[in-house]
Amino acid sequence: MHRFANPARFLKIARPLTVWLFWPGLILLLIGAGCGLFVTPADYLQGDTVRILYIHVPAAWLGMGGWTGIAVAALMQLVWRHPLAAIAGRAIAVPGAFFTAICLITGSIWGRPTWGTWWEWDGRMTSMLVLFFLYLGYIALGNASARQGNGGGVSPVTAIFGLVGAINIPIINRSVVWWNSLHQGPSITLRGSSIDTALLWPLGLTLLGFTLLFAAIVLMRMRAILAQNKVEARMQRLARG
Amino acid sequence: MNQWAFVIGAYALTLSGTGLISLLSWRAMRGAESRASADRA
Repeated sequence: MHRFANPARFLKIARPLTVWLFWPGLILLLIGAGCGLFVTPADYLQGDTVRILYIHVPAAWLGMGGWTGIAVAALMQLVWRHPLAAIAGRAIAVPGAFFTAICLITGSIWGRPTWGTWWEWDGRMTSMLVLFFLYLGYIALGNASARQGNGGGVSPVTAIFGLVGAINIPIINRSVVWWNSLHQGPSITLRGSSIDTALLWPLGLTLLGFTLLFAAIVLMRMRAILAQNKVEARMQRLARG
Repeated sequence: MNQWAFVIGAYALTLSGTGLISLLSWRAMRGAESRASADRA
């Protein structure tokens, strides 16, 4: 990992990688969404609302995966002092918060015709809402620490916040097992899936598509922060004369 | 209750939001990289 600690070396890889991740991601996402909308059959019980699955599950995956990425970046920043880890943490935060919000909203839209309610204060939904608030706190702390220097990345205190907040990830994951709620139990586990393959296959396409797109967005945001650092360093040199 | 109204609403919000965040990230990257290379020149 320290091989990529040099921003110049990182950028040499990140520039082509951004394109390679973005376009395949977008194509996979559109194919998966199209198939989910028009090719797969309606569910015998839920009807057509089951099609929300193909965007709701990837959004949940990216909301949780984003914070896991923040926690890993925080660990690398605090333990190995990896110079790009602080920037990576800050770059993940906004897309992570966005997909957490999308998960909450699409879940709410799915809940209304299925459960008869937009919202339920149960373990899964409440812990996901807590994740969204954690993201907002992390973004605020990250922006404040970037304004105070820290090379455009997050401060060590913000990194600790990212690490501590990761306790919410297993809570979200296990919430449907620990507490009974309107939300269904885990339908995709390491042992297999309880979803019929006729409905399941487009989910693989949208999951992969959204994940590649998320990675491309994070790389774009990291590149923006690194370029901004260059401009600021140049201005500081000029100011010093 | 028309189920398709819920499905289309969820997809429209997700896809337009994903497009918007991609565009904003790309514009921020392009703007910052242009300024950085203009400074170097």
